[in-house]
Amino acid sequence: MPEWESSSTARVLAPARPRKLSKVPFVELADGRLQGVVSSGSDVGRVYVSSVAVGSYEFACSTNNNRPCGGARGSFCNHIGALVTEAAVQYGAERVARYLRVEVATEDVVSGESILQAMWRARPPQGDNSAAAVVFSQFLRHLAYLELAPTTTAVPEMQWFPPTRVVA
Amino acid sequence: MVPADQGGGVMRADMLADPVDGLDEALAAVAAVDQALVTGLLRPQPAQAAGLAALADAMAASPLAARVAEAVDKAAAGAAGEEHFISLAAARIALFGSVHDAVMARIRQATGRAAADEAVTTLGGDQPENLVLAARTWLSDLARAGWQGIDHDLVSGAAPVVSALLPEPGLRRLAALVDGFAAELAASCPGSALARIPARRWGDLWSRAMLLTLPGATRTSGGAVTGRLLPLGVDLHEHATAAQAQVHAVFEPADGSTPMLVRASVSAPKPDTIIGAGIWQLLRPHLSLLAAVSEGRSMELTDMPVTAEGDLLWRNEHAHLGEPADAFATARVALPTASIAPTAPLDRHPVRIAVPVFLEGYEAEQSEDTVSFAVAGHQVTVDTDRVPVAGPLTPEAVAASTACIGLLRWDAGSFRVQPLAVETTARKKTVALHAGAWAGGTTDKAGVKAEKAATDAAAVLRERAGRLLRK
Repeated sequence: MPEWESSSTARVLAPARPRKLSKVPFVELADGRLQGVVSSGSDVGRVYVSSVAVGSYEFACSTNNNRPCGGARGSFCNHIGALVTEAAVQYGAERVARYLRVEVATEDVVSGESILQAMWRARPPQGDNSAAAVVFSQFLRHLAYLELAPTTTAVPEMQWFPPTRVVA
Repeated sequence: MVPADQGGGVMRADMLADPVDGLDEALAAVAAVDQALVTGLLRPQPAQAAGLAALADAMAASPLAARVAEAVDKAAAGAAGEEHFISLAAARIALFGSVHDAVMARIRQATGRAAADEAVTTLGGDQPENLVLAARTWLSDLARAGWQGIDHDLVSGAAPVVSALLPEPGLRRLAALVDGFAAELAASCPGSALARIPARRWGDLWSRAMLLTLPGATRTSGGAVTGRLLPLGVDLHEHATAAQAQVHAVFEPADGSTPMLVRASVSAPKPDTIIGAGIWQLLRPHLSLLAAVSEGRSMELTDMPVTAEGDLLWRNEHAHLGEPADAFATARVALPTASIAPTAPLDRHPVRIAVPVFLEGYEAEQSEDTVSFAVAGHQVTVDTDRVPVAGPLTPEAVAASTACIGLLRWDAGSFRVQPLAVETTARKKTVALHAGAWAGGTTDKAGVKAEKAATDAAAVLRERAGRLLRK
């Protein structure tokens, strides 16, 4: 049996890469979408919930209070642009492209920018904002991890999760 | 310098290369279960049934024999219920218990370290039943689907389970495990498209989570200790949404009794964007020992709670900063005399083995990405990938080292040494580099920069949480 298959500590996921969080505090590859939350540039109390679907690239953007994003009428708005760019930083552009099933033209370097262009060339449909509530609650769930108390009781199960220096 | 009555200072690398008797047979039975979990137990094929029968045979002489035989019959017929999955998980863990014991026996031979004869007992107890039952149901659904059958609907069923488990301190082990496991499964959906499957690993995570749903599985006995704590180094563990720092140290009891190897741990759930130095910042306030490690100091403990496994249940108010203590001096002088604590029944798995060792007089070699030490003519693989990025120790420094404090580990059939600290020579002077040097804070230029970036990231998240979370 190859070593990876017979290793208890086989690395399955590469750790997130560091990025600045002020513009896009949350991004995830989940629920068949690249989805996340983008801070409003003008109102500290407002965030945009943006998403692009795997395969079809159906996109949606609205505020956390479910008002449609003005920029996302028939085209990718700046929020979606920022979301894809930051996802490429956090997860690595290759993984984002693979997840979204985007084929970047062979002469192009795989990057947030080339992923956006390739998706736009496929003339993606604009979706409704029905996923926004789910994405926003995912973001709140993510933030809630900050509120959980650390413990000094050993967690032997973490032995299965060694760090790795390999980046995405 | 090696005291005459103990052989703990010198590692016999030749013993690490020799095969361990009986290991292949135990691992073959494990592989049969793991293969059954790849395709799932909803409609088992003859090959899976045969694999499960091999498991029943392997367990025939154990106290679990009857339960495992029944579970194997049911599973082979596609009719296994949750109690049967628990029996299968228990059988798999028992097999790894035997692997653990064989590997530890070999390590004791190789390091000359005395065996502890006392056993750790599991106390049993009461856990909120409905929370763990939800986890058990999800795990049973996974076993039926198999790794090749996972999809987003199935995997996302873990999210509400984890959210309910995390706030319960007594269920943190199960929560951290299921959370990390589910993230890997989610990133691997759909299972039908997977080119390769980490069968051993996922079999481990599944069976362990299954057993943690049994009431009282994690409660062990313990006491309290007073004396001097001499740190050896810091071991870090992390997945996207949890991290743990574990300090390995020699504890010298104030009453003059035998020194012992102990660990002090701190862990916390975290958002996936808290990484690198951000993890040290998150954990630091709850384990004052991390600051002592960074400053190269010992700590004086007074009535510090400890488990029979040698895990200190750290409370900052039971410890205060002691005299300077060089980890390499500790490794050379105190480590060989320290005894090693026994392991709790559920924790007898080779992945849990992390025995502090001190190596010097080796030839470090680097070929491509792999560093190895030639110790008395025998190659020992060095696991530099486990060295945390937020620290001054690098694979290059390990490859140029002359002495090393490490953790002896075993995985995928072989031993390796995880470096915690090394000595190298710079400008004709010996310099020590510690993997966990930044754990308690740092004035190192690169470290300060990493701390600043991590502080900014945490500040953004806390600001967002403060504004949005309680609306």
